[in-house]
Amino acid sequence: MDVAFIIETIVKIVVILSVFSALAGFGTYFERKVLAFMQRRLGPTHVGPYGLLQVAADGIKLITKEDIIPQNVVKPIFKIAPVITASTAFMAAAAIPFWPEFTVFGYTVHPIVADVNVGILYVLAVMAIGLYGPLLGGMASANKWSLLSAARGAAVFISYEVITGLSLLAPLMMVGSLSLIDINNYQKGGFFDWLAWSQPVAFILFWIAAFAETGRTPFHLVANDHEIVDGFGTEYSGMRWGLFFIGEYANMFFISFVMAIIFLGGYGDGSIAGAFQLLMKVAFFFFFFLWTRAAWPDVRPDQLMWLCWKVLMPIAILNVIVTGVVILIKTQGGM
Amino acid sequence: MHVEPFTDRNVSEQSAYYYVDIEEYPVTGWDKFKQVVKRSLKGELFIGLWIVMREMIKFDIHTVKYPMEKLPIGPRYRAVHKLLRLWESGFERCIGCGLCEKICISDCIRMDTRIDENSRKEVTEYSINLGRCIFCGYCAEVCPELAIVHGERYENASQQRAHFVIKDDMLTPLDLLVSGQQKDYPGFGSITPHEDERVAKTPLAY
Repeated sequence: MDVAFIIETIVKIVVILSVFSALAGFGTYFERKVLAFMQRRLGPTHVGPYGLLQVAADGIKLITKEDIIPQNVVKPIFKIAPVITASTAFMAAAAIPFWPEFTVFGYTVHPIVADVNVGILYVLAVMAIGLYGPLLGGMASANKWSLLSAARGAAVFISYEVITGLSLLAPLMMVGSLSLIDINNYQKGGFFDWLAWSQPVAFILFWIAAFAETGRTPFHLVANDHEIVDGFGTEYSGMRWGLFFIGEYANMFFISFVMAIIFLGGYGDGSIAGAFQLLMKVAFFFFFFLWTRAAWPDVRPDQLMWLCWKVLMPIAILNVIVTGVVILIKTQGGM
Repeated sequence: MHVEPFTDRNVSEQSAYYYVDIEEYPVTGWDKFKQVVKRSLKGELFIGLWIVMREMIKFDIHTVKYPMEKLPIGPRYRAVHKLLRLWESGFERCIGCGLCEKICISDCIRMDTRIDENSRKEVTEYSINLGRCIFCGYCAEVCPELAIVHGERYENASQQRAHFVIKDDMLTPLDLLVSGQQKDYPGFGSITPHEDERVAKTPLAY
């Protein structure tokens, strides 16, 4: 294998890991600030200018904290669970193009770690493996709240996998490829080529499911503070808990990238303007995660299941069927 | 805002209180589905989003940055006690009558007195056990000389609570008195302003 390719890949992996670990930290800062402003508070203000160094303070606190492994927990599983959450979140990023390809000193860089031909399938599959973090962590914790949270997590994630899969099926039928770069290039034409206009139902469904996949507020059942303390995170302390956190926020960023690329045109034609548009779209989706947290209440677990299986899934299937019929009519008409 | 609508506790059509109109809970699956569709499409969710966004844009922050900013407290707030001095002579107002010690319901005031060279009663020891004090204000109310009042010092974190209630700490220092910084009236236990106009005179005339 080409040495340059290996070096390039390693550099890309390091860049993505460091950028998104830092972004996950700053995600907590943004969340605290945005939620505070929406609730007429100030949020963090003391550490650094505008509280910007709060992230560093939190990081130092988390890392230097005593790593407590409680009695009666299943030690190896308890220890490995947060690593699963964080690592799968970052593994999922391998197939996401974060930036259009560009040329540095005559060397063309593809800002995607692995442009596999089953890109989106890979992303969804690895994100689904992330379920094992909360599930194993909750089951190994020897704590009833954690166990409840693990059960809820398993139910919610597996149910909403169905929605993500089915809702993505319709746009994928139109594009004819699973690679996120192909999906992006399909919408090259600009604003009116976005898949969100031809597949609005799939867009909304995927968006709703993204909240369940990342465990964000309207569907924040896995760690619902007022019912089950911190859910699977109850028994964790220090950086192990911090890894859960990094995983959650990294997931939010990555699913925002996926939504922006699949439905809102991604980086468009690949120009610098298009790339910045992609960042703006991602920022909007990330902001929307925080926005809903300030505005909307949580639903009950049974309501969540009801919504998934009796409302969203039939709509998703109908959407697939209608899309299929329309594609069929179009191709037949073109014959 | 005036209190009238809130003091009327009778639920009637005229009053400010009314029963909230709650619709029947849906029973059948179809009704539940209709409710979800109605609630999803009615825009209630977007009203919520708009309201928090509006507050964020207005940026009308209500946080008080406490140690740097403090909210004003009422003039009759009952915080840690103060012993006041006479304005003219600078003597202690306390005459050692012992009424505060007597009335204190949590039995936290302790004082020692003696007759000094001028045959005046002098207070040698005066202390309040803040661990017991419930800040009821009886001591300030019963004091015939307005000597003990409640001050506005509510930040009493210390290694020893006793630091706040030894006599020397509560008593107005002489230099503050001379510079006119002894606040006389607002504390609890002192005479309210315009007392003469508010109190009806004893009708000796008839």
